[in-house]
Amino acid sequence: MKTETCKLLVLGAGPGGYVCAIRAAQLSVDTVVVEAEKPGGTCLNVGCIPSKALIHAADEFTRARSFEGENELGIRGSAPTIDLARTVAWKDGIVKRLTGGVAGLIGKAGARYVNGFATIVDGKTVRIEMDGEPVLIRAENVVVATGSKPLELPFLPFGGKVISSTQALSLPEVPGRLVVVGAGYIGLEIGMAMAKLGSAVTFVEAGPRILPQYDEELTRPVRKRMAELGITLHLSARAQGLDADDDRLVVDTPDGKIELAADTILVAVGRAPASVGFGLESLGLGMDGPFVAIDDRCATTMRGVFAIGDVTGDPMLAHRAMAQGSLVAEIVAGQDRCWDKRAIPAVCFTDPELVVVGQLPVTDGAGNAKTAAFPFQANGRAMTMERAGGFVRVVFDPRTELVLGIQAVGAGVAEMAGQFAMALEMAATLTDIAETIHAHPTLGETVQEAALKGLGRALHA
Amino acid sequence: MASVSIKLPDIGEGVTQAEVVEWMVGVGDRIEEDAPLLAVMTDKATVEIPSLCAGTVTWVAGEVGDVIAIGAEVVRIESDGAAGQPEPGIGDSPAGVPSPSAAAPAKSAAAASDAKAAESSSPPAMPLRSPVAPLGIGAPRAEGWPVLASPSVRARARAGGIDLRQVAGSGPGGRISHADLDAVFAVAGARTSAGPAWGRSTSAPGARTATKEIKVIGLRRKIAERMTLANSRIPHITVIEEIDVTALEDLREKLNAGRGDRPKLTVLPFVTAALARAFVDHPGINAHFDDEGGTVMQHAAVHLGIATMTDTGLVVPVIRHAEALGLFDAAAEIARLAEAARTGKAGREELSGSTFTVTSLGPLGAVATTPIINHPEVAILGINKMAVRPMWDGARFQPRKMMNISASFDHRVIDGWDAAVFVQKLKTLLETPALIFVSERP
Repeated sequence: MKTETCKLLVLGAGPGGYVCAIRAAQLSVDTVVVEAEKPGGTCLNVGCIPSKALIHAADEFTRARSFEGENELGIRGSAPTIDLARTVAWKDGIVKRLTGGVAGLIGKAGARYVNGFATIVDGKTVRIEMDGEPVLIRAENVVVATGSKPLELPFLPFGGKVISSTQALSLPEVPGRLVVVGAGYIGLEIGMAMAKLGSAVTFVEAGPRILPQYDEELTRPVRKRMAELGITLHLSARAQGLDADDDRLVVDTPDGKIELAADTILVAVGRAPASVGFGLESLGLGMDGPFVAIDDRCATTMRGVFAIGDVTGDPMLAHRAMAQGSLVAEIVAGQDRCWDKRAIPAVCFTDPELVVVGQLPVTDGAGNAKTAAFPFQANGRAMTMERAGGFVRVVFDPRTELVLGIQAVGAGVAEMAGQFAMALEMAATLTDIAETIHAHPTLGETVQEAALKGLGRALHA
Repeated sequence: MASVSIKLPDIGEGVTQAEVVEWMVGVGDRIEEDAPLLAVMTDKATVEIPSLCAGTVTWVAGEVGDVIAIGAEVVRIESDGAAGQPEPGIGDSPAGVPSPSAAAPAKSAAAASDAKAAESSSPPAMPLRSPVAPLGIGAPRAEGWPVLASPSVRARARAGGIDLRQVAGSGPGGRISHADLDAVFAVAGARTSAGPAWGRSTSAPGARTATKEIKVIGLRRKIAERMTLANSRIPHITVIEEIDVTALEDLREKLNAGRGDRPKLTVLPFVTAALARAFVDHPGINAHFDDEGGTVMQHAAVHLGIATMTDTGLVVPVIRHAEALGLFDAAAEIARLAEAARTGKAGREELSGSTFTVTSLGPLGAVATTPIINHPEVAILGINKMAVRPMWDGARFQPRKMMNISASFDHRVIDGWDAAVFVQKLKTLLETPALIFVSERP
């Protein structure tokens, strides 16, 4: 068998893996990155990017439909239709361009990209099955960046009408009746888009609220919008499985057992780390539940073996994996680095969008953190976009004015995630934000206003 | 009176405990604010823990050698401050602060304490001082407080090996600015010795990346060529021996005391004389080896090269016919040649023709050296530094003036035995200097 050597071997070319490989190559580290499928991982192929494409199409379709009847803008249009197969083909084109771009970037940086299935032999050796002869790669450092896959419910396995988020992004046509199990951000993003595309959507959520990790105030505008879209929501409800005819979904609700008719059932109850099936177990690494345990340098319990991204647990976010990938590359290149981030922004592309950075308002009354919120209702730009729902909220320490967290809910707020994260990372105070000129008329003015409000001197409220 | 409890502060990344290496105070001692209480040692550094207030020590934790956990109480002080609430221990997170994302400077903590004190109609407590101020750069935050700094400040600190947890921040919420970091670098730059307490490494902070190119030309290139020649052609054997120069030094002192206007005697004239005397019995050492011709030329004349450092590099002026010079003549000649060499006025004949070379770095002479032979000579003598050392005289240790010599020989023509015998001869002569001056002819 052919044997190759390298200084750094990255398993998986998702956002974590490919960034790690590029950064390492930039630092002249001899790097190989192995990917069994297409570069870009979940994010580019079956996650962030395709779902955003679908959401965009759904929004455009909704907008077009809104011109069918009487509207305040005075625009008159005829009844639009959508050919979902064509939408999916368009989405696939974007995905193809992006994954091709990633492969190009890896090569341009000087890392070697290998398409094949890697099996770990030991902490320094990986066997790669690929077209032609398998290759044995010996590496000084191995980075496990194998990501995650949709979590399957044992009583509702994928197959037939039961699908995961991956299939949901490539449906040939809009399902007539869609039941979504799980009202987390993945289920909500896809479910709301499908509702806009014409599906009759029903959510089954085990928790008492949608997006249960966030507070009720923040998620209320989303829930309101769900109602507007005609989405049915069953909270504190547990899917039990299909009925005897494998047709309807049996759900245990607080009001008793119900059966939901569905053409398609999307199970979006979370993601499981991809940590088995390629010899990782044989290393006997320390685990943190189902995840690979890492320290603040992304080092596992085995010397020279690192892990980044979803395989290391929550939050399973592409940008976290990217930052970890960069970190590990620099460590392997000999730099003294450790994870010192103050904030990892989280964005839900629900309708309206939701951004969460840093600390949420303290609800148990134990802390000293205070909150100042400013509504989009008072923002001129939001009004001109016909989307004046939602708000920006700043959580701060009243003794020091230090900003501890920023959250927002509203149309288009996802683009503000960078500003929020920067404020946290720079250790900004309310005054720092309030004294920064925010352009008028933009949605971002609400951030300045929220900070001013925290200082007790909001201008437009 | 208020009882102040001082806890062992967080004194470095990854440090969870520290060993007490010195107590500067005991129970009952009066101490001033900022006076050191104790010194603790981690595997990274030794840190003095200063007092936060003036007062009387009422309790101390443990003995020298005890290992104390970070955050544990180390000293209790009955402070001179006004009566009131007991002060919060330094290292405590003030109550009511949400953790882990709490963020407020020690200043606020003090303010909060003040407010509490005011409620109980007590005068304000004393200001909290830095628990670790080994360099007087201000107060780092109390344990548990987050370190606030922008990513660029963090990156700069990392590059400079600075642990930001040990750096005080002047910004809101204790935020560390570039200016704060500048101050740390300035202090670190001023301290050339002793590792900084806040740093991960003990080297001076600030990675140096510049590379300066220097052309090897002129005398430097000449030296390089000669050294290469000598080291590649000659298999060296080096013998190091210690010499008790107490008697020689006594003699030198007496001679210098009565020298009048003659030049002051250093050790070198004695070494010169000893060599000239030793060569009588060991002519094979004062020789040239023509390795191409396969001939050793033993010289009766002792032309002694004296390796001399100049601004442009190493030169070797030569004392001609050293065997014919008295001590003071030799001293005068050495001084003259050294001066001529340093000022670049030494002539060609003064810089060539040596039969044997002596190299000495004076007080920099180290314990031992491995001198490289001045080709085509066959040996070289290195003089190491003199120091008073305890020497066993059979009954007790005596302070003796000791000096090592390191002599290298061309092993092709001088065997180890001969080298050792020659060195022993030199030792005998230098330890009993009278022997130098006994006529070689019976």
